[in-house]
Amino acid sequence: MSQRSPISRRNLLLGAAAAVGVPAVLTACGSDAPAPGGGGGSGGLGTVTIGSNASDEIPKKTLDTVVKSFTQATTRINTVDHNTFQENINRYLRGTPEDVFTWFAGYRMQFFAEQGLAVDISDVWREIGGDYTQAFKDQSTGTDGKQYFVPFTYYPWAVFYRKSLWREKGYEPPATLDELTALARKMKADGLIPIAFADKDGWPAMGTFDILNMRINGYDFHISLMGGKESWTDPRVRQVFETWRGLMEFHQPAALGRTWQEAGQSLAQKKTGMYLLGMFVAQQFPEADRDDLDFFTFPEINPAYGTDSIDAPIDGYMISAKARNVAGAKALLKHFAQASSQNIATKLDPGMLAASSKADTSGYSTLQKRGAELVSKAKHIAQFLDRDTRPDFASTVMIPSLQSFVGEPAEIDSLLASIEKQKANIFR
Amino acid sequence: MATKTRRYSARDVTVLVIGLGVAVIVNVGLIWGPTLASVGLSGTDWGGIGPIEWIGGRNYHDLAAEYPPFWSAVRNNVVWLGFLGLVATPFGLFCAVLLDRRLRLSRVYQSALYLPVVLSLAVVGFIAQLVYSSDYGVLNAVTGLSVDWLGDSSINIWVVMVAAAWRHVGYVMIIYLAGLKAVDPALKEAAAIDGANERQAFFLVVFPTLRPINVIVLVITVIEALRAFDIVYAINKGRNGLELLSVLVTENIVGEASRIGFGSAIAVILLVISLGFIVTYLSQLFREER
Repeated sequence: MSQRSPISRRNLLLGAAAAVGVPAVLTACGSDAPAPGGGGGSGGLGTVTIGSNASDEIPKKTLDTVVKSFTQATTRINTVDHNTFQENINRYLRGTPEDVFTWFAGYRMQFFAEQGLAVDISDVWREIGGDYTQAFKDQSTGTDGKQYFVPFTYYPWAVFYRKSLWREKGYEPPATLDELTALARKMKADGLIPIAFADKDGWPAMGTFDILNMRINGYDFHISLMGGKESWTDPRVRQVFETWRGLMEFHQPAALGRTWQEAGQSLAQKKTGMYLLGMFVAQQFPEADRDDLDFFTFPEINPAYGTDSIDAPIDGYMISAKARNVAGAKALLKHFAQASSQNIATKLDPGMLAASSKADTSGYSTLQKRGAELVSKAKHIAQFLDRDTRPDFASTVMIPSLQSFVGEPAEIDSLLASIEKQKANIFR
Repeated sequence: MATKTRRYSARDVTVLVIGLGVAVIVNVGLIWGPTLASVGLSGTDWGGIGPIEWIGGRNYHDLAAEYPPFWSAVRNNVVWLGFLGLVATPFGLFCAVLLDRRLRLSRVYQSALYLPVVLSLAVVGFIAQLVYSSDYGVLNAVTGLSVDWLGDSSINIWVVMVAAAWRHVGYVMIIYLAGLKAVDPALKEAAAIDGANERQAFFLVVFPTLRPINVIVLVITVIEALRAFDIVYAINKGRNGLELLSVLVTENIVGEASRIGFGSAIAVILLVISLGFIVTYLSQLFREER
């Protein structure tokens, strides 16, 4: 996911408070033993370093504020540009990573945990487990049944629209695919482009694929397809693309040359009627218009699954296997798990929700409240295509393939055959 | 006499070993080592972390038979080379010839044509987006069209090449202009006295004397075409019609994907293509010297 604009900077923040006397950093590598005392005024757990991809203003400020209220150890944050951090994660974790690093839940976490690059934090989960629902715990659990990840914030994907426009034209949120098609037809007649769409960056179309697949074939099939266990030439996958092709005439044309920001702008300017995207689309709306933004979950297609699944990617923190101060890192993770820490984030960023069930939702904006409600109603939460499958498959196979589908929606069979062959090469 | 056969003193040998040794070590360590390592890795399946597994030529089979971006990248690289070589470079020469005739304001034209050369290709990529974007681009706004210049995979490579050529033309022009200034005016006068018209004088007299310049320009053009990367990466990360071999190498090796073996196989293909040009060029060069 790369919805953040890349602004390169590599800052050392909060590097203050040079430890007095013998620094307690010298905790044995990989040891779980509490650090020997004497860390001056830093609370006794020495220094914890944090590798952060929060290079944008709001996420960065959030992290700074949250970390400032952590008193058990001195902290040092190393911020790297969002996309750069992601692309270099492999080399980063094998090199000299910080103790704690920002990462994503689900398969993307398991992939690195499986290779021994993360520290098992099941003991942390024994303490914080009560603050999270089972769905969040599952997304933090590796293939070996141990936990490796602490969820911090998340955001749901849904179909967004402007209330004022819909009220004016008398549109109602559709509950089924037929209603959606009828609505889109009506919008077209009213001179609107029904569905805003952009896929220049390659990932936004994944959101459409995910939701169609989960609506048509259910969550379990989707996850199993992402895990490389199903065939892409399966008629069920074909049906997803057929359905998508049927909706293409209502999508904003020339999507491959457009960024999601531009598509979001078109929604804000009332040129398009609705837009399937993550809640971060709110960033494209001026402060005054944000209350005018609302959403509905993608309508039901197959009654067997209804609307029981959504994409809601979770961001959070992990401990690298090479961490020097594991005890301090675990204490910091517990701090991140606290509802009070997550509330700082939701207050600063209108597009985020707190992962902890104990978080105080009274300060939420209307949109955030609706988002939390949507997620609590969902039986299954997927993480988004590029977080639910192997990173190499997502970036080198799915991005070009989905772009080629968006360019030529008619060529389904040859496309699926090609994806299947490439999948076989990657998931050996 | 025995001492006569020893042509190098101990000191000479030391100097030689140090002087040559450093060069050889640097060359092997920084150029041949990584090159051979790439060739070796191209026969493996390696994610960058776990064990390296030898799989022989399977990467080559996979990329040729089952990786659609590969062939479009090969095609794009060839088209790119052809466009720069057959369109942009001759146009640069044409501009140089015109400017060499001391037109009025020729300095102004010269600066205008040369200006893009100081821009990095990545910057040219950003400028291209301002021009070609379908929603807010200058081109669609001025012409009233609604073509998706950068998103339509059948045309985007062409408009991007035009942007790349915009820069390349200035580069070639300045080199040719320098070459033309060095051509002895007496040659042209002699040709004129012999009754050659402008065209004959240029193609039969001036152009052949530019041969060394032509070789330099040819090499520059080939290098520019093979290393093209930044402009497409700035536009859409080199996807959807803008695939280039250099982008695929990066995409597979450097990104989160870490398909190091597979990416190395693409790099080896790029190496083989480059070697073809380098060998041709060097053999030409050595033949001349002889």
